[in-house]
Amino acid sequence: MTDLTRLTAADLAAKIKSKEVSAVEVAQAHLDRIEAVDERVHAFLYVDRSGALEAAARVDKGEVTGPLAGVPVAVKDIVATKGVPTTAASRILDGWRPPYSATIVERLQAAGTVMLGKTNMDEFAMGSSTEYSAYGPTNNPWDLGRIPGGSGGGSAAALAAYEAPLAIGTDTGGSIRQPGAVTGTVGAKPTYGGTSRYGLIAFSSSLDTPGPCARTVEDAALLHAVIAGHDPRDSTSIPEPVPDVVGAARLGATGDLTGVKLGLVKEFAGDGSEPGVAAAFRESLEALVKLGAEVVEVSCPHFEYALPAYYLIAPSECSSNLARFDGVRYGLRVGDDGNRSLEEVMSLTRDEGFGPEVKRRIILGTYALSSGYYDAYYGQAQKVRTLITRDFQKAFERVDVLVSPTTPFVAFPFGSRTSDPYQMYLADLFTIPTNLYGGPAISVPCGLAEGLPVGFQVMAPTMADDRMYRVAAALESAVGTLTPPAL
Amino acid sequence: MAISREEVAHLARLSRLAVTEQELDQFAGQLDVILQSVARVGEVAADDIPPTSHSVPLTNVYRDDVPQPCLTQEEALSGAPDAFEGRFRVPRILDEEA
Repeated sequence: MTDLTRLTAADLAAKIKSKEVSAVEVAQAHLDRIEAVDERVHAFLYVDRSGALEAAARVDKGEVTGPLAGVPVAVKDIVATKGVPTTAASRILDGWRPPYSATIVERLQAAGTVMLGKTNMDEFAMGSSTEYSAYGPTNNPWDLGRIPGGSGGGSAAALAAYEAPLAIGTDTGGSIRQPGAVTGTVGAKPTYGGTSRYGLIAFSSSLDTPGPCARTVEDAALLHAVIAGHDPRDSTSIPEPVPDVVGAARLGATGDLTGVKLGLVKEFAGDGSEPGVAAAFRESLEALVKLGAEVVEVSCPHFEYALPAYYLIAPSECSSNLARFDGVRYGLRVGDDGNRSLEEVMSLTRDEGFGPEVKRRIILGTYALSSGYYDAYYGQAQKVRTLITRDFQKAFERVDVLVSPTTPFVAFPFGSRTSDPYQMYLADLFTIPTNLYGGPAISVPCGLAEGLPVGFQVMAPTMADDRMYRVAAALESAVGTLTPPAL
Repeated sequence: MAISREEVAHLARLSRLAVTEQELDQFAGQLDVILQSVARVGEVAADDIPPTSHSVPLTNVYRDDVPQPCLTQEEALSGAPDAFEGRFRVPRILDEEA
């Protein structure tokens, strides 16, 4: 009998549609898999067993149709799901059940998907390893002693462990792509404004972008097409048609990239990639050239300032956004003994409710926004953001997409980067420029280094998400997908 | 040193974080390292460059002026740590002598 958990979302959708299998069987197979392996992987913070089986039964009864009818999906815990616990992996939201769902969750439901549960992450999406989750880290299915990437490590690990065929992530500085890279899965950050932020717990509003995670490029495109598109409830949502990402993925899978120009960023060349990562990237580039692509070296002189600019802009926005966690409207309240003032209760609540990385960023952001420092830090970072955007625009006059390794290093062992926060930040060296620019980017598996997955990143111009799917699918057709060792 | 322990304590107060002495010791050193790294943005000559707050060039985005359903009072209060008679209940906000 076919192991339903090994199939792609595209195959599952076809088999359910033709009644070869029922949606309930598919949901049950994934719930059984979660039951069998998640104690070791810890990809999920909450498994909605009854909700999943009920949703699947509605598909089988024909009450729900849609392009992904009956296909299971795991959702990152920073996305509001009505009536289903949503914590952003923080103590401060322990037990919170949102009274509404995010737009992308409503779209997932309309497409007929079956939500399995909520996935683990770094608290409020701040981190690159899930080690900052208040509920314990997720373990990488490739090596349970190593990090699954972050912040969306739970979503990526759920895919690699065959607990779900599709997952939702959010990408502020690389939180979809870097976990994809280190777990050997596909992760795409759509154009900022291409997918709605309504119902995402805000971290850095000018950067946060929800997007698809999957095991194949086509599956990622199918999920992308379902969640993307204009949403009047998000004022930064782009009122334009969604690029044909599914068609582009299928075109790319034919393995022909004749006439496609890949830009190699000169400034990334010497930038501290591990030798195994650099080697896998070079081999993949050669594979793309064999498919007809042309490689052009481009210069993006301000990319070296992307990481510093990001770590001023994102903490500044976070310090403002996270002010809403005040122990009044939702979540935790600490020290309310009838004698303490509101301010004291608020301060005790926030100190106990937030973990160390969140506190560091709130303090850093408060500093960067302080009068006297504003111009030198936040203001200057915003100007650098303009220059990085211009670097991208100039590069895209000459090439169709930019390519790089997704992250400089393969999955690292737990505890190896937590004592020095800046070492953790370096994981996002290659992913952050895209977030500041606002364009789309995808990570696709491109090989192994020391037995661990390496990701290949394709960055495209704003609202040209289809281009990155074409190149990523072509690479996938050349190097194949990666299969982790049995758990 | 880019930032002192006293400054971090002040920022924590502004941020409504009742940090412990131990946290202060830890954060002060770490934030100093981070600040020295991010201060590199100052190396870029950008005096005449306009700032980018946002990558989407949309302004004045309005929805149609049509009433939409919204959360009920009960739903809005459903996650509150303390509610009373349809309202959020908070600890005292004024000093005793006020």
